[in-house]
Amino acid sequence: MDLTRLEINRRTALLTSAAIAANVINPMRAFAQETPRKGGVFNVHYGAEQRQLNPSLQASTGVYIIGGKIQENLVDLDANGQPVGVLAESWEAAPDGKTITFKLRKGVTWHDGKPFTSADVEFTALNMWKKILNYGSTLQLFLTAVDTPDPQTAIFRYERPMPLNLLLRALPDLGYVSAKHLYESGDIRQNPVNLAPVGTGPFKFVKYERGQYIIADRNPDYWRPNAPYLDRIVWKVITDRAAAAAQMEAGELHYSPFSGLTISDMARLGKDKRFIVSTKGNEGNARTNTIEFNFRRKELSDLRVRRAIAHAINVPFFIDNFLGDFAKLGTGPIPSTSTDFYPGPDTPQYPYDKAKAIALLDEAGFKARGGNRFALKLLPAPWGEDISLWSTFVQQSLSEVGIQVDIVRNDGGGFLKQVYDDHAFDLATGWHQYRNDPAVSTTVWYRSGQPKGAPWTNQWGWEDKTVDKTIDDAATEVDPAKRKALYAEFVKEVNTELPVWMPIEQIFVTVITAKARNHSNTPRWGSTSWHDLWLST
Amino acid sequence: MRILSLAGRRLAASIPTLILILIGVFLLLQLAPGDTVDALMAQMGGGDAATAEALRKFYGLDLSVPAQLGNYLWHLVRLDLGFSAIYGKPVATVILERLPPTILLMTASLSFAFFFGLVFGVIAARGVNRWPDTLISTLGLIFYATPSFWFGLMAIVVFSVYLQWLPPGGFEDIGTVQTGIWRLLDIASHLVLPTLTLGLIFLAIYLRIMRASMLEVLNLDFIRTARAKGLDETHVITRHVLRNALLPMVTLIGLQAGTMLGGSVVVESVFSLPGLGRLAYESVVQRDLNTLLGIVFVSALLVIIVNFVVDLLYARLDPRIAAEG
Repeated sequence: MDLTRLEINRRTALLTSAAIAANVINPMRAFAQETPRKGGVFNVHYGAEQRQLNPSLQASTGVYIIGGKIQENLVDLDANGQPVGVLAESWEAAPDGKTITFKLRKGVTWHDGKPFTSADVEFTALNMWKKILNYGSTLQLFLTAVDTPDPQTAIFRYERPMPLNLLLRALPDLGYVSAKHLYESGDIRQNPVNLAPVGTGPFKFVKYERGQYIIADRNPDYWRPNAPYLDRIVWKVITDRAAAAAQMEAGELHYSPFSGLTISDMARLGKDKRFIVSTKGNEGNARTNTIEFNFRRKELSDLRVRRAIAHAINVPFFIDNFLGDFAKLGTGPIPSTSTDFYPGPDTPQYPYDKAKAIALLDEAGFKARGGNRFALKLLPAPWGEDISLWSTFVQQSLSEVGIQVDIVRNDGGGFLKQVYDDHAFDLATGWHQYRNDPAVSTTVWYRSGQPKGAPWTNQWGWEDKTVDKTIDDAATEVDPAKRKALYAEFVKEVNTELPVWMPIEQIFVTVITAKARNHSNTPRWGSTSWHDLWLST
Repeated sequence: MRILSLAGRRLAASIPTLILILIGVFLLLQLAPGDTVDALMAQMGGGDAATAEALRKFYGLDLSVPAQLGNYLWHLVRLDLGFSAIYGKPVATVILERLPPTILLMTASLSFAFFFGLVFGVIAARGVNRWPDTLISTLGLIFYATPSFWFGLMAIVVFSVYLQWLPPGGFEDIGTVQTGIWRLLDIASHLVLPTLTLGLIFLAIYLRIMRASMLEVLNLDFIRTARAKGLDETHVITRHVLRNALLPMVTLIGLQAGTMLGGSVVVESVFSLPGLGRLAYESVVQRDLNTLLGIVFVSALLVIIVNFVVDLLYARLDPRIAAEG
């Protein structure tokens, strides 16, 4: 993946701490000659317990980190970020884009011994992906049927054209298959299998002690020859980030995924030879920090004010001083890690320019009286340290141009309710998580007509017919080159209108023991099956 | 028999309080923005409106608030604590699973604090205003002023990361399956640091109280009488002073048994223990009303029971109280 390498080189050049750079690049080279060792227990930090573990029902890293080792998807991404078959061996789309045929792998069995067939795919697609799975229900909205002429063939039929490359980008996350025979009777959401998952993957579920740990053991009948290497994976529930860092140091944990430690602990462990701290292997989990504007406030419905706010904030300064090597300047809703869709930085940007910000605000007619022009309520999401720091930075930057910002903090449920349902905010800030294709995760932030209450969607009170049309055209465009051009157009349009500003780009940070081999080798490694992961002595 | 009737009366008197507490918590949680589906959406990273609606129905949130409250109380009357949204299990089962670590941690650290508080309190009172007193009081103040999460983390850094004497967290070793006495020892070794962390803060309070009440009792007339009788100093302290000085300590234990449950959220998180404090915290964040109310219910019951035991202890320590009651 060229961009990843480029990015590492860029980081290398910029790094003040050479130790981190050495850790990022060296291990692959130094240990390339070793022969894989069988055996060993891999201990994983599990920060937030979920309500269930089946990735066919819930698309989130907290589920993939466990369920992704036990259940498998039709397609995953290879080292270059290109789709590679897992349970599907090959695929083909009809020219009209309305049917997509998957040839499934032969000789694969579920952990309970029953064979895996196209009936499982049909059942999962129609009952889970289309009806329950978050993002899946949007992706598969126009899926009408899945035909199964034989056990190794599944033909997806769509009412409207489904771009093959969209489906293939989405299926690594939204294409996990569950066993029909375990789910066909009763309420899927209440099925006890959800907490004791059964799959086709390299690891078999053993035990889940809520609040303590989850254990999965090696699947001796796994379909890939000689895999997996590990005997066991243990996920330890540790909610306190600082305690998790201490457990890494005590050798009780091997891996803390998805920026699970505090920024300062990650920087500190990065200088320790026993650990590798890197963003590699998380390119598929890019996110951008946002500033979401509520157009119901008359000040914010003025484009000049939104632009002034963007110009008033010194983003590079913030990144250098608070986020360090783990973030970079963002250029819009499609992050630079997205090789297929990133339009380049040549779209409207809002570099730090305080004088310009002040001029824009004056021009918009909001004169400073006693130093203050108007006051805004800013709601930061509670997901990460960076958001909290960022909201304070925004507050201080805006006070310098005469906008008073009051920060209102909520927990997760409260934040979503207040911003996306009650619209009780002026500015909101959180993460936009990019899911490898703008149609899956990103365009809902801008497309008008989102139902009230749907989190991470356009609830800004903003509507733009041109943007809507670009989004709709791109979603059903089957020619990949034309799709890419349409999304470049989309980024230009939304960066001009600025209903949401996405000025920082981040990739999750992995902290992993230097003994691990074959790790971080795909763009969504933390979520993948780890069939080739092994531990050196 | 007298004990039973006393227990009955106490319980009957607590029931209205208990119901008021439950209704209060229920209404308080309604004021917090967002419900358990919003919390689930936050955890999942998104979902469409139709999914949210289906989930609200699934969790019974499509009913009005009074109907939900009525439902809950009606279930409670039949001793049914309801179903946990985050655990997908009956609340009673969830709480029962979490109760042993909490009670273990609570009893261990309270006993630790009580015992050493007593010993140090007596030593400090005997050497009042001399160096043992100054040393003990200063240490007590330091323990009291230090936040427990910091204490816990430092304990992990020193004893688990550098010295590697004790495990850094968890309730028991997952790698090896142990039985009998070995399992007991394993759990004990996991509980040493959390017990100390939680206990040290309370220790400070106990030793201050013990010191003060020793000093007070030492000045009373009957102590002078005891000394005049020619009793030796050890006898005076253990038989006459200690027994009377213990009353405030026992009161304190009754009061703190309740706070210990809440206070252990921090310690449980730092040491990754599966206790009630963490469960309560998680239920609030996840807006899991049934579980939270269940915990409030069980905690309130625990407090009532502990206070009842404290009353019985009073009577043993000071027969005058029993005679009056």
